[in-house]
Parts: sequence; C-alpha cells; structure tokens
Amino acid sequence: MLLKNLTQINGVSGNEEKVREFIKKEIENVADEIKVDKVGNLIAYKKGTASKFKLLLSAHMDEVGFIVTGHSEDGLIKFRPVGGIDQRVLPGKRVVVGDKGLKGVIGCKPIHLQEKDERDKNIKIKSMYIDIGCDKRDEAEKLAGLGEYIAFDSKFTELGSDCIKAKALDDRVGCAIIMELLKQRYEFDLYASFTVQEEIGLRGSEVVGYQINPDIAIVIEGTTCSDVPGIKEHEYSTELGKGPVITVMDRTAYADKDVVNFIYDTARKYKIDVQFKKTTTGGNDAGKIQRSRCGVKVASISVPCRYIHSPSSVMSRKDYEGCIKLMEAVLKELENNTDYTLKILNGGNCNV
Amino acid sequence: MKNMKTPDILKDLTCSIAVSGHEELLARRLKEIFMEFCEEVWIDKFYNVVGKMTASADENGYIDGRKMKVLVMAHMDEIGLMVKSIDEKGFIRITSVGGVDPKILPAHEVIIHGTRDIPGIIGAKPPHLLKPAEANKSIKIEDLAVDTGICAEELKKVVSIGDLITLDFEFTELKNGKFSAKTVDNRSGVTALIEIMKELTGIKHGADVYFVASTQEETHLTGAIISSYAIEPDVAIVIDACHGNMPDTSKEETYALGKGPAVGIGPVLDRKMSQTVINVAKDENIPYQIDVEPSDTGTEAWATQVSRAGIPTVLLSIPVRYMHTAVETVHVDDIKNTGRLAARFIARLTRNMEVI
Repeated sequence: MLLKNLTQINGVSGNEEKVREFIKKEIENVADEIKVDKVGNLIAYKKGTASKFKLLLSAHMDEVGFIVTGHSEDGLIKFRPVGGIDQRVLPGKRVVVGDKGLKGVIGCKPIHLQEKDERDKNIKIKSMYIDIGCDKRDEAEKLAGLGEYIAFDSKFTELGSDCIKAKALDDRVGCAIIMELLKQRYEFDLYASFTVQEEIGLRGSEVVGYQINPDIAIVIEGTTCSDVPGIKEHEYSTELGKGPVITVMDRTAYADKDVVNFIYDTARKYKIDVQFKKTTTGGNDAGKIQRSRCGVKVASISVPCRYIHSPSSVMSRKDYEGCIKLMEAVLKELENNTDYTLKILNGGNCNV
Repeated sequence: MKNMKTPDILKDLTCSIAVSGHEELLARRLKEIFMEFCEEVWIDKFYNVVGKMTASADENGYIDGRKMKVLVMAHMDEIGLMVKSIDEKGFIRITSVGGVDPKILPAHEVIIHGTRDIPGIIGAKPPHLLKPAEANKSIKIEDLAVDTGICAEELKKVVSIGDLITLDFEFTELKNGKFSAKTVDNRSGVTALIEIMKELTGIKHGADVYFVASTQEETHLTGAIISSYAIEPDVAIVIDACHGNMPDTSKEETYALGKGPAVGIGPVLDRKMSQTVINVAKDENIPYQIDVEPSDTGTEAWATQVSRAGIPTVLLSIPVRYMHTAVETVHVDDIKNTGRLAARFIARLTRNMEVI
C-alpha cells in the first residue's frame, strides 16, 4: 500500500531526500515535467487539455523528528526536536539514528529511582538522551555525529477494520492523496508540490508559491484530531471517521471563502461526508502560499490524525478514501462548473 | 536451547507474554527448555517451573546424610496493564499490574489480550489543549485511554474488564553487545538460569540444584514464597535485575553495563556466602560489581531469607537500564557472566561446606 511505503521512509525536516526519491519514481510516468527546486521541493507539472488556469496541490514530505546535538562521556546521545513534539510521548520510545539507521532508545530514569517530586513532573527533553549502546564519547561521535537526523522507529499497523497507525501520517497522507490525483489529466494545468521543511516553519512552501504562481492552491494535510477522553465535545478540533476536514481559518492562513464554499457544495452534491475544523490552532503551507506574489486563493483539506506528531498517529481509512473522493469531485467540478470557477478566479471583478 | 546463543535465548523469552498472575504460557515454554538440561521438571499450582539437576559428583555434597539442595531462582513474570472499563466510544481505561510509570505510556503501542490479541495506542489529551498547569504535571494513569480503532459494541465482543494489556516492543540489538526489549527484567535472569544449566553440564557439582522460574514477583513475591517453602533448600541464589548506569542517577544505586553481575551485600543476604561468590569471581577471573543493599533488596531474596527456618541467600543482579519500560537494556556479557559465576559458586559450595 502506498501509504505504508510512504510512512516507513524517514524524512525529518531538512532530510527529505529519501521521501523525494520515492515520490519522484512513483509519479515519473504520470507527470509531464518533474523538477526539484533549490530548497528541495519536488514539483510536478501536468499540462491541462484546455489550460484555462493553474491549480496547485501541495503536501509536505517532511516529518517531525530530532537532531543530534551532543554526546556524553559515557556514549549517550543528546538531541533536540526538529518540529513540534510533545515531550510527554518520548520516554521509553524507539528511534532510528542517522543515515546508517542505527537503532536506539530514548532513555529515562526508572520510576524506582525517581524522587516524589520527580514522579509528579514531566521529563524535559533537555534531560533525555538516546542510547545506541556506545560506551564512550568518541565511539558515539563517530557513529552518530553532530547534526545527524533521528526519526521515530514505528511500524505501519492496521487497527480495527478501518484505522491505521503509523508515524509521519502528517503529511505522507497528503503526499499519497496528491499522487493518486496526479494519475488523471484535467482541463486546467495541474501543479503538484511536495514540499520540504513544513514542520519547522513552512520553509519549502514559501518558495513554491512564488515559482508556480497558481490561481488556486489546495493544501492536503494530516490535521489534529482531539476526539479523545478528557476532552469536551466542543473542544474537538476534528473527529475520526467523520470524513475529510475543511479548514476555515488557522494560525497561518485564512482560507478563501469562495473556495471553501465551492468545496463544501461539491461535497454535498456528491454526497461525501465532510467536517469543518473547529479550532483555529495549528497551521500549514497554505499560509505561505496564500501570501506569495500578489496573493493566492487557498484552501486546506485534511485527514484527521489522532496523536499527531507522535510515533503512533492514528487515522481512519474511510477519511482517507473520503478525501480522495472529495478531491476528485472538486477537480471535476472545477472543470464543469465554469461559473463558480470564474468567480473563484476573478474574485471581486466577476459579475456572475 | 543447548546450542542457542545467549541473545537468541533472551529474544525467545522476552517475546513471551507473562504478566504477573498469567504466566501459564511461558511456564509451558520454560518446562520444555528446562527438560533439555534437568532430570525432573514440574510446574506447581502457581505455575512456578522447577527443574532438578541431580548432583554430578559425590564429594562433600551431603548435609545430615542427604544431598545438599541449592535453589537457583529468577522470576519470569512481568509488569503490565489491565482493562478497567470500556467507554461508549470504545476507549479502554486502564490500571497497572506491578510498577508501571505512567510517564512512558502516552503514544505507546500496546497489545490487548482479549479473546484474541488486538493492537492499540495509548492516547492522551493533545498538548495544545492542555492548560499550562497541566502541561508540567506528569500524566496520571487514570487520564490515559487505549484507542483500538474499534467501536464499543464490537470491542466488547472481544475485550472484557480484567483483560491484560502489554506494551508492544521490538527486540533490538544496540551496539557493543547490548540488547533492548520489554521484560529484560527479568527474562535476563531466566536466561541466566539456562546459562547456569549449560555451565553445570560441564562441571562437577556435589549438590542437587533446583532451578525455579518463579511467578508473581512483581506483585507480592508469591512464587518465591511458596516455591522456596516447597523445595526447602539449604542455600538460595536469587537472580534478578538491578539498575544500570544512567544519567541523573547516583553511582551508588546503579551498576555499569558489561562490567559483570552485581553481588549483593547486606543484612538480608548471607555475608559469608556473598564473600565466597566474590572469591569465586576473583579466582575464575569473572568480572563483578558490589551492590550494597541496606535492607529490602527489592527482589525475591526478601522472601527466601525467611522461608521455613530460614535460608542463607545470595543475590546476583544483572544491570538493566530503563527498568519497567519496553526498552529495558542489558549487556549480554552480564547474563553470561552471571551464569558462569553462579555455576562455579555452586560447584565450589559443595567442596567447601564450611561456608554454610
């Protein structure tokens, strides 16, 4: 399965090469042109049959992880997170260190040796370390030097009849969906960007918007899902199994009203379950693309992921398939529903 | 097993599930293994596995006209989690069996042992919804829930209250002879039992040796209490895990990995015999460390010392890092050296009865 292959590759922000190579190989036969830009974004182009306008679909290749920042006398590795990671999920988890793929574990003081006040507090990342079995500093330095990347070690697993668990669902799920959509040819020119370094501040997308200068951009993401015990229903950002998520606004972008309405109406027309993201926290590449050049109309469509940014994210296959269906419908309607498309393209200058 | 390398034995044993009180499957596996070395093997009603290796030499091994009996014990059970309730959305609330640190649980993969095994993830409140005061406090087990992706109705057909949950893991080889897995505490000890059996097939010993892979140590030391009573040994050797050296821990409480077993010294343990173990280590060039235990050792030695009229007990501990997590880490040489040291001590014991 495509998603399984994608999530098993390690590609912490700044180290997306293996993900890029994989995607490139997979889409080589369906894209008209493929290029890798100066910061490492993979950009595919598929010429439209009528070439009326330019649509950009974007997903990021990178995942959260860690980077080696030091070594202790006794051969342990000090590290810092790359991207936003909840320190609470780290103690006692497995990781893969460096290009050589060395296995390691995140160590912590056992409960038996913790004082009462230590038991009541969370362990801070700066007091954690990774054990790859080295006994001395020079050995650890040689095997896992400063700046080597570290990724979660976590398998792709089926949960129940509908769910899957993996690391890096954010945003390999978006990559997978766009790879599916690239198989078709459309009337409009389709650009697909697989971006780098989203997790450390939307770095790749900032130059993608400029290079492509699209008329409309849709970002496909894995987004937070908080329908879990201890959270009140009104605090749910999204819910698992309730379909693809449409974002109205988040910390980085204000989705275009017309595009959002268009997507929602299309979902209703095609009887596809959708939900709106009910929090305005978080953000993604749409923020940078929206404000590139003279501005771009953007929207974000996401697949809900519980325990996002942890080694064990969980998503629903139904939501994933729903998202593909929704996007197929949206692309088809962009071709057919010319009135609406014109309104989106022309904004205030349109008389429709 | 006879021809299996130590890491392979450890892998075989750590991959078995035996949460305290539910050791039956591992007990059966261990019975098979023990039978390769022991004349008699039995499982008692608490699922302690006992293997008897009869004395191979006739010298000096007698007490009151009968063969001397040495008990060598390592517990086979492991800590775990248990299903407390299932809510209307299918989330499973949990409690612990033995000492589990809730801090290692968020985002942990688990296996729920219902009528069939089901994978799950331990979830918690997402970080962006935590209030600042909550964010600094460690998570409580009652605030965690297992997510299986299965709805309540379907889940209840397979999972019931009281079902066990174990931490999923991968047996991982690290650098320099170190291995990481769940239940290294105390499958390392059980592996050492097998190493002792291997060693003893090659050396003469005047005592009958009773190997016990015991149960329910992590909860109430029950296996140790009843099996030491049943066997009534003259000497007991307890093998368990001690804390490996780690940052932010005191050097007095932790022991280096790869530097040999830690020989316990303290009031609960027999001073003369502990000294004999140290002498054997020196004579045989086996590396060892000293583990000073001012009172309760936190091991089954606490039970064996006062069984029946009392049993002189020695404690050999294998250094293990990150105890009670799914990445407990051990050095394979420490397991082997524990086996060598205990075997040579047993052989020495019956040649120098005055130490008892």
